[in-house]
Amino acid sequence: MNHWIIAPVILPALLAPVIGFVMRHDIRLARTASVAGTLALIAIAIGLTLLAASGPDPHVYRLGDWPAPFGIVLVLDRLSALMVLLTVGLAFFVLIHAIATGWDARGRHFHALFQFQLMGLTGAFLTGDVFNLFVFFEILLIASYGMMIHGGGRERMQAGLQYVVINLAGSTLFLFALGTLYATTGTLNMADLAERVSAIDLEEAGLVRVAAMLLMIVFAVKAALFPVQFWLPATYANAPAPVAALFAIMTKVGAYAILRVHTLIFGPDVPATGGIAEDWLFPAAIVTIAVGAMGVLGARRLLPLISFSVIGSMGTLMLAIAAFSPEATTAALYYMIHSTFAAAALFLVADLVLSRRENERLNAQPPITGNGFFAALFFAAAIGMVGMPPLSGFLGKLLVLDALRAPDEMAWAWTAILAGSLVTIVGFARAGSTLFWKSTALVTQPRPEEGAGRDAADAAPTPPDQPRVIEVAPAMGAIALLALLAIFAGPVTGYVAQTSAQLFDRASYVDTVLHSDANLPENTKDLSGESNGYDEADADGDAMGDDETAIPDTGDQNTGEPAIEGGE
Amino acid sequence: MEILVASAIGVLTAAGVYLVLRLRAFPVILGLALLSYAANVFLFASGRLTSNMPPILDKSGAEVAYTDPLPQALVLTAIVISFGMTAVLVIVSLGAFLERESDEINLPREDDPEPGEDTGDDTGDDTSKAGGETSV
Repeated sequence: MNHWIIAPVILPALLAPVIGFVMRHDIRLARTASVAGTLALIAIAIGLTLLAASGPDPHVYRLGDWPAPFGIVLVLDRLSALMVLLTVGLAFFVLIHAIATGWDARGRHFHALFQFQLMGLTGAFLTGDVFNLFVFFEILLIASYGMMIHGGGRERMQAGLQYVVINLAGSTLFLFALGTLYATTGTLNMADLAERVSAIDLEEAGLVRVAAMLLMIVFAVKAALFPVQFWLPATYANAPAPVAALFAIMTKVGAYAILRVHTLIFGPDVPATGGIAEDWLFPAAIVTIAVGAMGVLGARRLLPLISFSVIGSMGTLMLAIAAFSPEATTAALYYMIHSTFAAAALFLVADLVLSRRENERLNAQPPITGNGFFAALFFAAAIGMVGMPPLSGFLGKLLVLDALRAPDEMAWAWTAILAGSLVTIVGFARAGSTLFWKSTALVTQPRPEEGAGRDAADAAPTPPDQPRVIEVAPAMGAIALLALLAIFAGPVTGYVAQTSAQLFDRASYVDTVLHSDANLPENTKDLSGESNGYDEADADGDAMGDDETAIPDTGDQNTGEPAIEGGE
Repeated sequence: MEILVASAIGVLTAAGVYLVLRLRAFPVILGLALLSYAANVFLFASGRLTSNMPPILDKSGAEVAYTDPLPQALVLTAIVISFGMTAVLVIVSLGAFLERESDEINLPREDDPEPGEDTGDDTGDDTSKAGGETSV
């Protein structure tokens, strides 16, 4: 058992309270600690990725060394390692940007919340237990509430309130889904669930299907899938731009959860739920692309425009995931890496541009200092987002198109992606030319008095004339990553192909978690034969009645989850 | 007892959904609280309903009836989380109320001039198409 697997959860969990309590009066100290912690996380994530890539089987971390269906497990496979690496890589760019632009000093506890957010994200990617997934969702959400309203302001508080309400409703739905799942299967361990759900007959599968759909709705809220995408534009457009850039990974959490749960537990070949996710995800993804594209065309401010382009890219991603085949998942994973950094790059560039303009309306205003430079940055990031050739978006969309060749889905999928891309290109081209091109036609006049628009409070007091290197470095770094992703598309695609192959090898996951020798310590070996019957044991107590060692597993659930919860 | 618990969950959920769909923050908070109570009772019932049973096994190993302890642990976690979340929600809505002096949930439409806000430059807006924002 490799203890580094839990390090991405433990490190920010320990660092965040220290930053919050000890370093709250010294922003430089907090910045240093936060950057150091994120760098350490990157190192750990790279190590974990190498570990996950070293062998065919997933690596299991049993908390407290309790055997798997009873204790909580963390599971490190290629997918979770990839997502953790993606998260901390993105976090590093966002953190540097927030520090360089002074966003972190406009409210309190930015760095503590940031670390808690990372804890929730990495935990959600690593956990092998659906209730634990709920707990980590709540951790990342409660941190994101604080980040969302960081800096304050009327519209931001209002949008933050909506964001909290929609996510609390989603959490309630999550609990209902978990209750249904536990009532029908008697377990919440993902591997154990996979075994039991696949053993359920079609005639008795009604409640399991309800749970599967409830879970999908919950994850669709996070992934901003139609018809529950409506919260995203208001949230992302009103959040501080660096926070919106970090939120680019939050939608991917929903996509990851759908991919994990509806492949491993409710997979396409499971008789009880076969195909139920695919039937609903595919049309929802098509409409999501349309909503995103139309939103990009209709947006009148820059941040909503980018938010709608995020919705569109989530539609493309979910279209690839909805096929639930290894080839399409390979394309989806490549596109997921790309769209995370593309969205983040756009938000970071938009923040740099908007902090130099009077307000964020898309109209011609006197050109900002360094107009040409920022135009180039915006151009590059927009190219990445819409999927034009030199950057990785083009390859990502090409992979997705190539994977969706089944005759009954090809017409819809290709039309949606191609038409959506075209409309998005038009929207971005219009926005870019209005922002940067038409502005140069205006004669520079003395500015009207400050205070017009809602950004007066947000804007830096006196925007520096020339952009500093450290300010633009994160945005350029994110764009450079898109270029690298395109250049090294071969190796990356190779890695994600192995990832999706491992994801669809459900037997290997279940065997590693439940049936490996390490899961059977000497004193608990007797449990292995009985774990199948304990769900109906509550009434008559026949299955576990004669084994003392069954008692500690309940104690573990009692202490384990509140212990993680206590980290908040 | 099943009828009682089931109808309690149903009534709590119905009332919660009704309140969440209100336009003001205060009923919405109450509605979310009711929804989380419904979820907690539902989770509790997911381990089967038994009364007067211990949540632990007999030490002697005799075949005795017991109630499933896992849902109780889940409910405990869910209660703590929803308690914390409700506190955050109250603070956020209080902050929004103080900023806007109205506890409406909806965002103001872009076209509506806000009382007290100086909408000075609307010049560029005429050229762009309407209807991009989803005001929920």
